Amino acid sequence: MSWETVIGLEIHVQLATASKIFSGAATAYGAEPNTQACAVDLGLPGVLPVLNARVVEMAIRLGLALHAEIAPSSVFARKNYFYPDLPKGYQISQYELPIVARGRLPIRLADGREKVVRVTRAHLEEDAGKSVHDAYPGATGIDLNRAGTPLLEVVSEPDLRSAEEAVAYMRTMHMLVRYLGICDGNMQEGSFRCDANVSVRRAGSEVLGTRAEVKNLNSFRFLEKAINFEVERQIDLLESGGKVVQETRLYDADRDETRSMRSKEDAHDYRYFPDPDLLPIVVTPTQIERERALMPELPWARQQRYVTDYGLNVQDADALAQDRAVADYFEALAAAAGDARAAANWLNGEVFAALNRAGMEIPHCPVEPSALGLLIARVRDGTLSGSMAKQVFEAMWQGEGSADEVIEARGLRQVNDIGALAALIDGVIADSPSQVEQYRAGKDKLFGYFVGQVMKKSQGKANPQQVNDLLKEKLGGS
Amino acid sequence: MFAETVTAIAADLKAGRYSSADITEHYLARIAEFDPGLNSYITVCADEARAAAARADALLARGEGGPLTGVPYANKDIFCTRGIRTSCASRMLDNFIAPYDATVVEKLTGAGMVMLGKTNMDEFAMGSSNETSWYGPVRNPWDLSRVPGGSSGGSAAAVAARLAPVATGTDTGGSIRQPAALCGITGLKPTYGRVSRWGMIAFASSLDQGGPMALTAADLALLMNAMAGHCARDSTSVERPAEDFTRLLAQPLTGLRIGLPTQYFAAGLDPAMREAVDAAVGVLRALGADTVSVDLPHAGYAIPAYYVVASAECSSNLSRYDGVRFGHRCDDPRDLTDLYTRSRAEGFGAEVKRRILVGTYALSAGYYDAYYGKAQQLRRLIQQDFTRAFAGVDVILGPTTPTTAFELGQKTDDPLTMYLSDVYTTAANLAGLPALSMPAGLIGGLPAGVQLIGNYFDETRLLNVAHQYQQETAWHLARPPHA
Amino acid sequence: MSIGATEIEGIARLARIRIDAADVARYAGQLSQILTYIEAMNEVDTSGIEPLAHAIDAVAACRPDLVTETVDRATLQAGAPRVEEGYYLVPRVIE
Repeated sequence: MSWETVIGLEIHVQLATASKIFSGAATAYGAEPNTQACAVDLGLPGVLPVLNARVVEMAIRLGLALHAEIAPSSVFARKNYFYPDLPKGYQISQYELPIVARGRLPIRLADGREKVVRVTRAHLEEDAGKSVHDAYPGATGIDLNRAGTPLLEVVSEPDLRSAEEAVAYMRTMHMLVRYLGICDGNMQEGSFRCDANVSVRRAGSEVLGTRAEVKNLNSFRFLEKAINFEVERQIDLLESGGKVVQETRLYDADRDETRSMRSKEDAHDYRYFPDPDLLPIVVTPTQIERERALMPELPWARQQRYVTDYGLNVQDADALAQDRAVADYFEALAAAAGDARAAANWLNGEVFAALNRAGMEIPHCPVEPSALGLLIARVRDGTLSGSMAKQVFEAMWQGEGSADEVIEARGLRQVNDIGALAALIDGVIADSPSQVEQYRAGKDKLFGYFVGQVMKKSQGKANPQQVNDLLKEKLGGS
Repeated sequence: MFAETVTAIAADLKAGRYSSADITEHYLARIAEFDPGLNSYITVCADEARAAAARADALLARGEGGPLTGVPYANKDIFCTRGIRTSCASRMLDNFIAPYDATVVEKLTGAGMVMLGKTNMDEFAMGSSNETSWYGPVRNPWDLSRVPGGSSGGSAAAVAARLAPVATGTDTGGSIRQPAALCGITGLKPTYGRVSRWGMIAFASSLDQGGPMALTAADLALLMNAMAGHCARDSTSVERPAEDFTRLLAQPLTGLRIGLPTQYFAAGLDPAMREAVDAAVGVLRALGADTVSVDLPHAGYAIPAYYVVASAECSSNLSRYDGVRFGHRCDDPRDLTDLYTRSRAEGFGAEVKRRILVGTYALSAGYYDAYYGKAQQLRRLIQQDFTRAFAGVDVILGPTTPTTAFELGQKTDDPLTMYLSDVYTTAANLAGLPALSMPAGLIGGLPAGVQLIGNYFDETRLLNVAHQYQQETAWHLARPPHA
Repeated sequence: MSIGATEIEGIARLARIRIDAADVARYAGQLSQILTYIEAMNEVDTSGIEPLAHAIDAVAACRPDLVTETVDRATLQAGAPRVEEGYYLVPRVIE
């Protein structure tokens, strides 16, 4: 008796606009309650919605990235239901004619397997406000600052077959929307929220099982855990002769379980109808071409290019292409340094370590790619020994100047002169007769001791490769 | 001593024959004397009016006034007025002080007009008799035992009784034209999208349109110049080059082609009403117009289609009245459901509840296609009927209402009978066409109106026809006995 | 179309309007009458007719993405039935 898991994800992407989808109030996070809820957002008598042009541009951008159909005409519909965080008693959304339909998102799994997940549709809608349940005895507080924030709801086909695939899809979509500049992806602040529709069926069956919807999963980890719990719950239920109820559930992270949502009783009858206050959204080929011209290179295209053109391995390529700002930095660095592998190593190593220590994001990195590129070039051309490079980088980070300036100021030029090195080595050999004897008698490990002595004597500036060669020559074979 | 029409008052103010303060006091005094018997005002704004009059007089003294500066007017209590109660004649909004002005109010205040107060109406604009108001019915100044019509009954009665020279109204299924006809005044429903709906509390969004109600067509034209125009806050308002609605008033009617729908002159039309309409047609023919029969085959379906669309849209538009952020809230709600269900049960009257229920039903699962979908299809057929008709005529003419003003309480027990008063008016709302009602006679001492329907954005033609008619006749100057 | 008590109760629930038992029958009767009248629409063959949602042919109005509203919370909340520290309060909702 084996079971197959079937998952579809609905992701609410909060679009990064300055103002709301239908009003001119601000969308900034964290304001005092109801200080960003204007008359339109409050649904006061007599108010009317006016569409924010930018949200259409953002929707087109996502549609292009997903290779989807962008509707030349799409319609806003009212979704009618009563809830205190929904001021008008209806949500302006899209129903029969969404702006984007039939797209696809390629995902890659840990074992390298690739899969194309179909995206059914993406539609525009307004977000609801927020409820605060524990602040006032016997009451719930309503904050409508978030009401009217633009959302793009992206719905996938039930093509996902495991929690792993679901997480990969969510991660990929997360990366994409940030890449496109349409969403800041801040899950703690609720900019990117996921609902999972989960069902199971007998392996080999073509029929979909009854699904349960788990709402508002705002981390990859919670998505994974919620799905795992839910799958097990459903299998247990079915194996013991029960039936899965189509319902909405919430994931409780503390208990690692999903539970039924009490407040959403009965199947809702949303009574959708086209919103008479809004005219259909018309998207022209010219608008689409304009967005296409403004599209950044997509993350998977970049990943591919890093493997093909720069010779990076798939994992490194993925890691660097994840974030558009990082990828931009990497490419500039690779060009400046003339060495993509070195650039990758530096970025993943010293640069990220320094950024993390400073609690900074890459756009604020005090070392420009061109400057770091020069440092890398200096190591390659022998001016600076590799072991000194980290010190120079730290100095550059502190604003002491360019790589060349720091090298000069601190006198860190690598000693490459054979004559000078030979003299140094002779000095070390002369100072360490017993070690020389032991080494020549067969104690190979002592080679490191001699290297260490030479480096110490040269204050770390000796060219390690040349030291190696010369030492071998002078000490003789063992 | 004081003139009664907007046109004459404006001329008098400009000439300095009296001041805005003078004529404002005059109207306030008349309201105090006559309105207790009519109940046409919900809120009288005496202090604000006097302040506005003073400001207008200052402008006039400097020679800076415009065509409407200093002229008093009233606003139907459906238009939001900042700092002043805006009730929609409902208990639900009895305590609602609007925090902003409707665009219409902004424009008319901007034109220097003096707001006397907020007029009574059917609750949330739902009704044809002004009997559903939380503040009590309005009485027809022609016969106090009769209705003034609705939903803009307060505005119509106030203008007819000379308690304001002009008032704003709104028209969703006939709510400007029908009360204008029953009260013997002239009212215009503009083309959909002409007048901004920002701040005009919504009943049925795709049908609602604000418009002026006055004693003459010339007055309507002056008001339209100030009221009409694109509004960035209303996505359904249309952008058109600026126009002067008075520009065609004086045009002779020679060659005007008037369409008479066979469906409007069918056997069931009351003979006295028929006579009045025929007389009006006679006047227009004498002025040079030609008449021809036109066919509006789907005219009989306008009311059912209208009721479905209007109820469906209002059921959604009125969901925001939930006792949470403003308006009426029930005492001691037990839980959220109780808060909603009891606040709304207490806040809304029976007609409003009925329409919300009908609309909710029409949109509910399984019924959408049969009701809302079907109604919107009929709407297109009705629009096509008009398009075909207007290919051969300039205006369409018929009675505004089937009868003159009926008695208070006569139709309140039977909602369906009440709905049928809108038989001639609803089609224009469904198609979005401009339509006007003008007084055309008295039947048994009660006013009868004739309706003119125009092609899209052709208000100036309607105003022209009405103005020329009013140069030849005196029905629009008749004064009701109770004013 | 005949509407019965159960249907009225269902519709009233969807519309969040409390209707007392004593009034249910009356509303049911009135709605039945109204809906039966409305069904006259079915006399017309509308197959193939595109629904008319907007009377005037126009394109969606858009505004630029700018913050244009400064929210005067005090004024907007002046008529609120119950407000505390800027929050609108309703009876406790259990999720």
